[in-house]
Amino acid sequence: MTRRNARLGGKIFTALVFLFLYAPIFVLIVFSFNSSKSRTTWTGFSFKWYAELFQNDAIMSSLYTTLLVAVISALIATVLGTFAALGFYTMKKRWRNPLLEVNNIPLMNADVVTGVSLCLLFVAAAAIMGDFTAWINKIFGTDLKTNFHLGFATLLIAHISFNTPYVILSVMPKLYQLDRNLVDAAQDLGCTFMQAFFKVVVPQIMPGIVNGIIIAFTMSIDDFVISYFTAGSTVNTLSMTIYAMARRRVSPEINAISTLLFLAVLILLVIINLREIRQEDKKKRLQKAIAR
Amino acid sequence: MAKELIRLVNCSMAFDGEVVLDNINIYFNDKKFLTLLGPSGCGKTTTLRIIGGFLKPTSGDVLFDGVRINDVPPHRRRVNTVFQKYALFPHLDVFENIAFGLRLQKKPKLAEAEIKERVLEMLEVVNLKGFEHRQVSSLSGGQQQRVAIARALVNRPEVLLLDEPLGALDMRLRKDMQNELKRIQQAMGITFIYVTHDQEEALSMSDTVVVMNEGKIQQIGTPEDIYNEPKNAFVADFIGESNIVDGIMHEDGVVEIFGRKFKCLDSGFDPMEPVDVVIRPEDVDIVPLKEGMLTGLVTNVTFKGVHYDIIVDFKGFKWLIQTTDFCPVDSKIGIKIDPDGFHVMKKSKYSGMFGDYSSYSDEYDEISDSEYDPEAEEEDGQGGGYYED
Repeated sequence: MTRRNARLGGKIFTALVFLFLYAPIFVLIVFSFNSSKSRTTWTGFSFKWYAELFQNDAIMSSLYTTLLVAVISALIATVLGTFAALGFYTMKKRWRNPLLEVNNIPLMNADVVTGVSLCLLFVAAAAIMGDFTAWINKIFGTDLKTNFHLGFATLLIAHISFNTPYVILSVMPKLYQLDRNLVDAAQDLGCTFMQAFFKVVVPQIMPGIVNGIIIAFTMSIDDFVISYFTAGSTVNTLSMTIYAMARRRVSPEINAISTLLFLAVLILLVIINLREIRQEDKKKRLQKAIAR
Repeated sequence: MAKELIRLVNCSMAFDGEVVLDNINIYFNDKKFLTLLGPSGCGKTTTLRIIGGFLKPTSGDVLFDGVRINDVPPHRRRVNTVFQKYALFPHLDVFENIAFGLRLQKKPKLAEAEIKERVLEMLEVVNLKGFEHRQVSSLSGGQQQRVAIARALVNRPEVLLLDEPLGALDMRLRKDMQNELKRIQQAMGITFIYVTHDQEEALSMSDTVVVMNEGKIQQIGTPEDIYNEPKNAFVADFIGESNIVDGIMHEDGVVEIFGRKFKCLDSGFDPMEPVDVVIRPEDVDIVPLKEGMLTGLVTNVTFKGVHYDIIVDFKGFKWLIQTTDFCPVDSKIGIKIDPDGFHVMKKSKYSGMFGDYSSYSDEYDEISDSEYDPEAEEEDGQGGGYYED
């Protein structure tokens, strides 16, 4: 009897946890379909706010910026991260482990610290570049730009820098699983080291690379704090636009765009997890086949 | 006279200050089957990797056809390797695995038709006809092994390096593959350099056996030489079973053990030189007590099928004798050894370490690699049996 009660208690507790976690998002999603501006009373179902969303230039242009930054930064971070992981892999253990710890620091570091420090760095770099071009202009009589501001470029660099560690983390395990002899075998059969890398290593670690690119993309879309400090005043990401809108008043449009953002990230996370499960299954099946 | 193909001159190798190869000098002749034999950690795989180009010796030279190749990377050497765990490319099927090396050839670039012809021809050599579109993960260990061999041989190397290629196979399959490898080596007419810790494998397949231990070459010779004329106690003990006792060489042809003089065939020692004497278990004849040169007490009998392994105590020193006659435990027996049954060796640093069967020796731990090795385990059981006397 007591055990049954305990089990029931556990179920209720779990339900409460999920309620606590998802109730706000659920409310947000429900009210994104509300037909009036009210945030408290349900007045009827409508796609009105979604329609308005697509009419809103500020939202649409920030969506474009967000996607562009996410795609480019994910791609570049994946290339950088993959080669960095390869570097770690071939490194002596004595160096590898401390450096991998260093790689983890940006992941745990408070976003606001990362954001402020990147902001300071970019401002300083912009000043130095401005001085440099002014000096060139003076010597050669050219007319180069001397005032550099935070903008799309700094936003992109910031996203690449915080995405790269995630890619490294998702590629490293695949490299560890790699049979070291495969690289030797490829070289033995006539590959240079780089050929061996592209013909043998990349196909083997591809699942890790793809996971890395999806995670980087998700993180980039997801980010607000770091973007806020590094994008300057002319460029806005979606989360920055939402923040700006919410400061004035919470419009139902925000509900709609937040719902879409939530769904997009959710779908990406589901894809990542499904891929991981599938890979585990495949590995298990292979091991079983070999054992047989 | 066989042509010399590869030579290692004063090769040493150290990893982080730890010496794994100590001044190795060795040459490999063309079209021969040579085996590097030794316990794990003896430097045999390191030697192979130096020849393959995966390691650069810390000092010394590697010569190929008389040309120094220390700095030639693996992909430019006319050598191919069969790796310990095959190292097949999991993302490619059998055909593409074997074609991998051919597709990389640039001068001249091979036509698709020729690649196909050569791959199919190779599949036939390794008895895998019809397997070309199978995924490598769906193959058994023996089949993967054959693919690995085909993948290496299809490039027509002058030398094939094999790093314990049969280590992961069960005993039955191993025996089959031994014959298969020997057949392929003779059919292709190329040099095989084979690394193993399995002495039986080494003796049955090789033209030449190189016994290594602790980074040094202990002995180079034909399988018969290595077995019949071991150079020191390590070789005598590692190859087959041996009783090794202290002796004194009185003069050519006369050796003293257990305080008695025996006739032997060895010569070339100083008068009264202390020596190690090897007596193989199968060279000891059991005779009636009064005819015996020595008498001893049987302490343990193990039935092995063809013969019995019996442990006999001679004045506290326990011998292993293989005989077809049954002698019950606790019986006294006499033994006789023909002059050619003695093999006299100079004292070495291995003297006194091996060849006594009175206790379970560590030798089996040394021999067996970390991987599962059914044969070594079997021998382990044997050693334990002796201990129970």
